[in-house]
Amino acid sequence: MSTHFFSDTSVMLGRSLRHVTRSMDTIITVTIMPIAFMLLFVYVFGGAIRAGSGNYVNYLMPGILLIAIASGIAYTAFRLFTDLQSGIFERFHSMPIVRSSVLWAHVLTSLVSNMISVVVIVGVGLLIGFRSSAGVLAWLAVAGILVLFTLTLTWIAVIAGLSAKSADGAGAFSYPIIFLPFISSAFVPTASMPGPVRAFAENQPVTSIVNTIRALFEQQPVGTDIWIALAWCAGILVVAYTIAMAVYRRKIA
Amino acid sequence: METNNAALQVRGLRKSYDELHVLKGVDFDVARGSIFALLGSNGAGKTTIVRILTTLLKPDSGTASVDGFDVVSQPARVRESVSLTGQFAAVDEILTGRENLILIAKLRHVKSAGTVADDLLGRFGLADAAERRVSTYSGGMRRRLDIAMSLIGNPRIIFLDEPTTGLDPEGRIEVWKVIQNLADSGTTVLLTTQYLDEAEKLADRIAILHEGTIIVSGTLEDLRKLLPPAKVEYVERQPSLEEIFLAIVGSDKREQR
Repeated sequence: MSTHFFSDTSVMLGRSLRHVTRSMDTIITVTIMPIAFMLLFVYVFGGAIRAGSGNYVNYLMPGILLIAIASGIAYTAFRLFTDLQSGIFERFHSMPIVRSSVLWAHVLTSLVSNMISVVVIVGVGLLIGFRSSAGVLAWLAVAGILVLFTLTLTWIAVIAGLSAKSADGAGAFSYPIIFLPFISSAFVPTASMPGPVRAFAENQPVTSIVNTIRALFEQQPVGTDIWIALAWCAGILVVAYTIAMAVYRRKIA
Repeated sequence: METNNAALQVRGLRKSYDELHVLKGVDFDVARGSIFALLGSNGAGKTTIVRILTTLLKPDSGTASVDGFDVVSQPARVRESVSLTGQFAAVDEILTGRENLILIAKLRHVKSAGTVADDLLGRFGLADAAERRVSTYSGGMRRRLDIAMSLIGNPRIIFLDEPTTGLDPEGRIEVWKVIQNLADSGTTVLLTTQYLDEAEKLADRIAILHEGTIIVSGTLEDLRKLLPPAKVEYVERQPSLEEIFLAIVGSDKREQR
C-alpha cells in the first residue's frame, strides 16, 4: 500500500492545487493585504518611522512576508474544513488509497500557494525599491526559513480545519498569528517600545525570525537569532503536528 | 452454506456515542448480487451501520465481514471491495464533472482514466455538462455524478446511503434504474432509505432498523405475511400525484437537468 503514497499524494495535490488556481480571489486576498500594508508603511507611516539606516522597504520585507503566510494558512484550514463538511473526505477514506495522502496533499498545497504569494510580494517589493545584496546561499536560507515557518503554521491550520464547527471558525485562528508581527521587530525596532511590550516583542517567535531574515537579506551576521528562530519553528511544528495527528486519528477512528 | 457466499455478514454489531446507544446488536446477511434495503426513520442508525461497513467507523463490539474480509482487522482489503455513496453528494464542487471522475479513477489506479470518465458521463446523461464545474450542477446531476464516481473500478459491493433523498421524482426514477442495472450486472447493493416505496420497488430483501436493532427482515412477501391477510375491497383507483406530475412534465427533460 505504501508504494502508492507518492502517486496518491500527487493526485490529491493536483486536485487541491486546482482549487487554488481556480479561486484566484484567495491568492489575491492573501497577497493584496500584505502588499497594502507594505505600501501603507512605506509611503504613509514610513516618513515618520526611524528604523535603522536607509531603506525602509528592506526593513519591512521580512515582516510583510510573515503576515502573508499567516493569512494564507487560513485558507488551508478552510479548504480542509470544506472537504470534511462535503463528505469527500469520507469518500477518500473509504477508498483503497493511502489515507494520510489526503492530509499531506493539503499541507503541500499550503506550501505551494504560500510560496506563490511570497514570490508575488517580493516582486512588488522590488518595484517599490526593495533591494538585497544577498547571495544564492542567503536566499536559500531565507526560503528554508519561510518554508519551515509555513509548515509550522500549516499544521496549526490542520488542527483548526479538522476541529472547526463552521467555515468562519476554521479561519479565525489565524487572526492572532497575523497580529503577532505588529508586536515584533517587523515594523519598528523593539527598543522603541515600552517595557512590558518590549519584553513580549523580544521574546516571541516572530522577532527572531524577522531578525534572521533581515540579516540574511542585508548580508549581516545572523548571530543567535537564527537558532532561536529555528528552535521556535521546530518546537511549535512538532507540537502542532502531534496534536493535528491526534485530532485526525480521533476523527477517522 | 449461505454464510460462505454472503457479500456482507453482520453479527451482534454494537456502537454507542457516549451515553447514546445507536446500535444494540445488529445481525444480518446480504447475498451476493442482491439489493438489500435498510429501512428506518431518521436517527435509527442506518448511516452508522454503513460507516462501520465501509471502515469509516469502528464498532464497539460484534463482527462484520465485507466480501469475506473483517472490517476491523482487514480494513484495507474491505476498501478494495467496496464503494460508498454517502448521504450528501460527495463531489468536488470546484472541479468539473469529468475531472471528478478522473480523480477517482486515478486514485483507484484505473488504466485510461479519461475513457472511463467519458463512458460514465455518457451513461449518466452528463456528457453535455462534462466540462462544467460541479458547483453549477443541479441536485439530481450531482447525485448522478456521485453514483457514477462510486462505480469506477467496478467495486463488488456498493453502499448507497439515502441515494434519493432530496431528488425530484424524475431524479429518483433515474437513480432507481441505475441501482437496478447494478444489481443485474452482479454487484451487491446495500441501500438505506426512509422511503418505503423505494425499498418496495428495488430491494430483494428488506430489513427494518428500529431503536438499534433489526426488528424485521425478509423479502417483501415475508413482510406482508406479518400483517393480517389482505381482504378484497373495491376502490376506485385515482392516479397518484407522482403519476400526474410525470405525465404533465414529461420525462424527456433529462438532458437539461
